[in-house]
Amino acid sequence: MSVSVRIPTILRTYTGGAAEVKAEGATLAAVIADLEANHAGIGDRILDGAGKLRRFVNVYVNEDDVRFADGLETATPEGAGISIIPAVAGGC
Amino acid sequence: MRREGLAIMAVTAVKSVTPESFGPAVALSCRECGARTPLAPDFACSECFGPLEIAYDLPTGDPEALRARIEAGPQNIWRYAPLLPVAADVAEHPNLNPGWTKLVKADNLARELGITGGLYIKDDSGNPTHSFKDRVVAIAVEAARTFGFTTLSCSSTGNLAGAVGAAAARTGLRSCVFIPHDLEQGKVVMAAVYGGELVGIEGNYDDVNRFCSELIGDPAGEGWGFVNVNLRPYYGEGSKTLAYEICEQLGWRLPDQIVIPIASGSQLTKIDKGLKELIALGLVEDRPYKIFGAQAEGCSPVSTAFKAGHDVVRPQKPNTIAKSLAIGNPADGPYVLDICRRTGGAVEDVDDQQVVDSIKLLARTEGIFAETAGGVTVGVLAKLIKNGLLDPAAETVVLNTGDGLKTLDAVEPTTGLSATIRPTLDSFREAGLA
Repeated sequence: MSVSVRIPTILRTYTGGAAEVKAEGATLAAVIADLEANHAGIGDRILDGAGKLRRFVNVYVNEDDVRFADGLETATPEGAGISIIPAVAGGC
Repeated sequence: MRREGLAIMAVTAVKSVTPESFGPAVALSCRECGARTPLAPDFACSECFGPLEIAYDLPTGDPEALRARIEAGPQNIWRYAPLLPVAADVAEHPNLNPGWTKLVKADNLARELGITGGLYIKDDSGNPTHSFKDRVVAIAVEAARTFGFTTLSCSSTGNLAGAVGAAAARTGLRSCVFIPHDLEQGKVVMAAVYGGELVGIEGNYDDVNRFCSELIGDPAGEGWGFVNVNLRPYYGEGSKTLAYEICEQLGWRLPDQIVIPIASGSQLTKIDKGLKELIALGLVEDRPYKIFGAQAEGCSPVSTAFKAGHDVVRPQKPNTIAKSLAIGNPADGPYVLDICRRTGGAVEDVDDQQVVDSIKLLARTEGIFAETAGGVTVGVLAKLIKNGLLDPAAETVVLNTGDGLKTLDAVEPTTGLSATIRPTLDSFREAGLA
């Protein structure tokens, strides 16, 4: 499955400044692995030492927060748009 | 290996800052991993995505002199400028000058709830745009000006939109703010009247917040200061002034217990930070205090996590009349859990009917008309007493963070005329009003 991944400013040092990159994978975990294969180091920024999504990272597959879906096992259909966003924004 | 100096840069060209621009603030520090970066419009750690907050070199050594300096300052938050990330001459800049709101001794409400140790309402509806948001925005405006931003923006549940609009108008900045499309009409009007752009997003607050986070990484967001995104470390510090004011108004001492509403949780964490600073500076005696968090049942991710014993917060889809607290994915939720547990407090929630009843209870007993968030805190106060988690014999402070005029919809169905009579004394008597 080929998907588009929106890269937050914080991680663009790994993508040569690109705000959006293509990746392959049928699940979010596979997509992140593919990102790591092509942009070495980016995986460790998104996942913690135990291989889970970091506490302060939000990931959306199309419109859905993966924490409301299946987390790293969330399916990433062909053409899906994935957004990686720092979670610390907003609020009072 | 830790790489220093990497963090989110929201804009490509940021005005350089001098050491004096931010007073006692010296760096940004990651609350999660401790990595430090220079003061800049950054908000998330490049190492771990954790929240960046302000690190200070505070004026230690002579608490009496500092106390005297504060007491001689203006009757607004700038009296605490030596403890905030602002320039020493901040009071001379155009700003809404919020703060120094009333700390109301609530004896009638205390009697009603069986509180014997003293009860106070910190009534922040007295701020320029009638909510505590003026405090945080005032600091963010100073940071925006220092960094050279030309547009002030935010994601908002309503109160913040009004505070940003008003502050931008006063300071001559453009404003463009984003809100959920279905907010209370009162808040929409109070945000729009200041003349900036007000954009409704088809979605809930978390959708709005996501949109703003994406806009900030896009060329369309260049030159924009989002008070609660790229200026969030500065903005959040404004909530410390609630802690400073409460303690100063109590005669420079800590209360035993504080009940604070939770939306993102930032306010609660910053009040705790403020209390700890006052202790470290010797401005108040170091003794235990308890912090309690209050949520609406229809958006209670932090309360749910607290009761379940979790240290992570699972997001929820909000469904409550307390829209100013309707953040289903609270950024500071994990830290709220840490603080409430560390201090021996708790996090509790009340349903929407209890929110309405509590708004009316506070109005009836103390003459304070709170918005729904105030109904949440008063309702949770009552519930905490009932379930034995809050000591009625200890001195307690409850926050009212906004004005009931903004959320008339909440109480309108159950309030109104007592009677309609002819203009005669007979009619008055017949209605049973004599």
